[in-house]
Amino acid sequence: MTAAPKGPPVVEFVGVSKSFGEVKAVDNVSFQIYRGEFFSLLGPSGCGKTTTLRLLAGFEEPDEGGQVRLLGETVNGKRPYERKVSMVFQNYALFPHLTVARNVAFGLEQRKTPKSEIADRVRRALDMVRLNPDRFSQRMPSQLSGGQRQRVALARALVLEPAILLLDEPLGAIDLKLRKEMQLELKALNQQLGTTFIYVTHDQEEALTMSDRIAVMDNARVAQLGSPAEIYENPRTAFVAKFIGESNFFDGTVQGRAEGTWDVAGSSGGRFRVPDHPQLQPGKPVRVAVRPEWMDVCRPEAIPPGENAMAGTIRDTIYLGETMHVIVTVPSVGDVTVALRNEGQLIKPLGWKRGDTAAVAWLPEDCQILEEE
Amino acid sequence: MLQWRQRALGWLHRRPEARAWALLAPGAFWLVAFFTVPILIMLAYSLMPRGIYGGVDRGFTLEHYARFFDPLYLQVLERTFVWSVACTVICLVLGYPVAYVIVRSGRWRNLLLFLVVLPFWTSFLVRTFAMIFLMRDSGLINNWLLKLHLVSEPLTILYTPFAVMSGLVYGFLPFMILPIYASLEKLDTSLLEAAEVLGARPRARFRRVTLPLSMPGVVAGCLLVFIPALGSFLTSDLLGWAKELMIGNLVQNQFSSARNWPFGSAASFIVMALVLGAVMLYLRVRDKGLVEAR
Repeated sequence: MTAAPKGPPVVEFVGVSKSFGEVKAVDNVSFQIYRGEFFSLLGPSGCGKTTTLRLLAGFEEPDEGGQVRLLGETVNGKRPYERKVSMVFQNYALFPHLTVARNVAFGLEQRKTPKSEIADRVRRALDMVRLNPDRFSQRMPSQLSGGQRQRVALARALVLEPAILLLDEPLGAIDLKLRKEMQLELKALNQQLGTTFIYVTHDQEEALTMSDRIAVMDNARVAQLGSPAEIYENPRTAFVAKFIGESNFFDGTVQGRAEGTWDVAGSSGGRFRVPDHPQLQPGKPVRVAVRPEWMDVCRPEAIPPGENAMAGTIRDTIYLGETMHVIVTVPSVGDVTVALRNEGQLIKPLGWKRGDTAAVAWLPEDCQILEEE
Repeated sequence: MLQWRQRALGWLHRRPEARAWALLAPGAFWLVAFFTVPILIMLAYSLMPRGIYGGVDRGFTLEHYARFFDPLYLQVLERTFVWSVACTVICLVLGYPVAYVIVRSGRWRNLLLFLVVLPFWTSFLVRTFAMIFLMRDSGLINNWLLKLHLVSEPLTILYTPFAVMSGLVYGFLPFMILPIYASLEKLDTSLLEAAEVLGARPRARFRRVTLPLSMPGVVAGCLLVFIPALGSFLTSDLLGWAKELMIGNLVQNQFSSARNWPFGSAASFIVMALVLGAVMLYLRVRDKGLVEAR
């Protein structure tokens, strides 16, 4: 998944900002994308991910000072038709007055591809997105289902054999089951064609499933950039920890160093230890995130030695199939969620019940030290 | 009373067909009483002999229809057609860019639309008279031209084909702009972006996406200009140089000064038939064109 980037970047943002009046939609964003990568821009609505994509396509121009580079060439000021990118739009944007075949052929016709070649390439593109050309070529977009329109939009973009394919939440309007299927197909196309995919989504699961690397955007900036595993396991900010997966947060003040870990006095009482981190200094406040599945529930008298622990009362248990969430209310800290894997023993009488006294326990190494936002 | 009303409403509620009829009835009555019946009366008049003191006598005749095929009248008909087509084309050429700009004018959009509709606040008759004041020998245009020493003596503008065509285009231009505006306004901007990212330069983008998708507006606009232009009489009467310039003037004269109602009715029916034929031909050609575009 985290294959080391090879060669020069195909896309490069250098200090790019974009303002609409007073509002900064993109604020000093820099990143590189490499050939063949599946790169996701992930974030909540209004975080600037779509504007970033539109800056790349050429629909928006960056503010003075920023640079957008495509295939090693600065493309500021170049119109979309002068850039070598293709795009799949959120609402598909199929031409309603043209058949499926003419929609797919549109880009080829604009590029003055010989007629004899067009028909053949249109067929291959439709095959590639698994639409039978004989059945679908002559249909109008209005005669297609949402999923089929999505495939036509994809074929229309891929038929040009672009070096870079931009996708703006293309699966947003498709039902869950088909979406999962399309996610795997997109990923397969990315690997099979070697095309660089740049994918905008607000769905963290989708981003984790498909991406080689993810740029998590928050408030017009890139909050964190890395592989799905890096982002999930080492979230840098509280926003990232919350937006991707679930997290429990603990605040405290750094005390002293002992045995390779730091001692932290919880801001609401109690103590816990955190792993070494260059940011830590005695007397400084610290905030950590711990994933629910990295924690365990145990009896207060049976806390495993060397682990952080806090005692409380079980407020609720939620059965989710693969996992069971145990929510423990720890006095003055609040609710802590622990995810227990279902290994076939959850329904045994051992299971935790509402109202039980219990402690949450976790290893100091599993504390993710967060940067201030 | 209240009970009766509730009963009636309940009855209507249970019968969707009766409800549809109830909603249609007032409008349908209006159309039958003031459109269908007068047209039938006209049809009857056109087939009856002319009375001695105007009006009609009993009997049946086709002489009025036959009379229309006199070269004198056919010439008027031909001129009316040519002028109406020309007026429609000029309105399209002038109106499309205006609609296009208004759609893209952001916060000025409503103001510009308002300006397009503004002339309707004054009667067309008054506005046509105003054009006389503009175009006559001692009118505003000639005054300016003389003051700027562009001409040494007044140009003859009024009572020329130019004057009549100006009046027609001026009167019907909003009917071209508004439907085109409506269809351009509905155009999804992401389609334009899609065309652009697929390699279409502005000209290709207009030809392949904007224009075909605004065709419903263009067709509506053309019909809204062509049909009333064909039947117009006021403009050619006030700005034209002859008594019976257009078919509308002919019909008007038959009903007023000539007091030949049957012939006026027959002429009206012939024009109506021609308009219907022309419109159907046009729609058929257009639909065929659309099918081929696929």
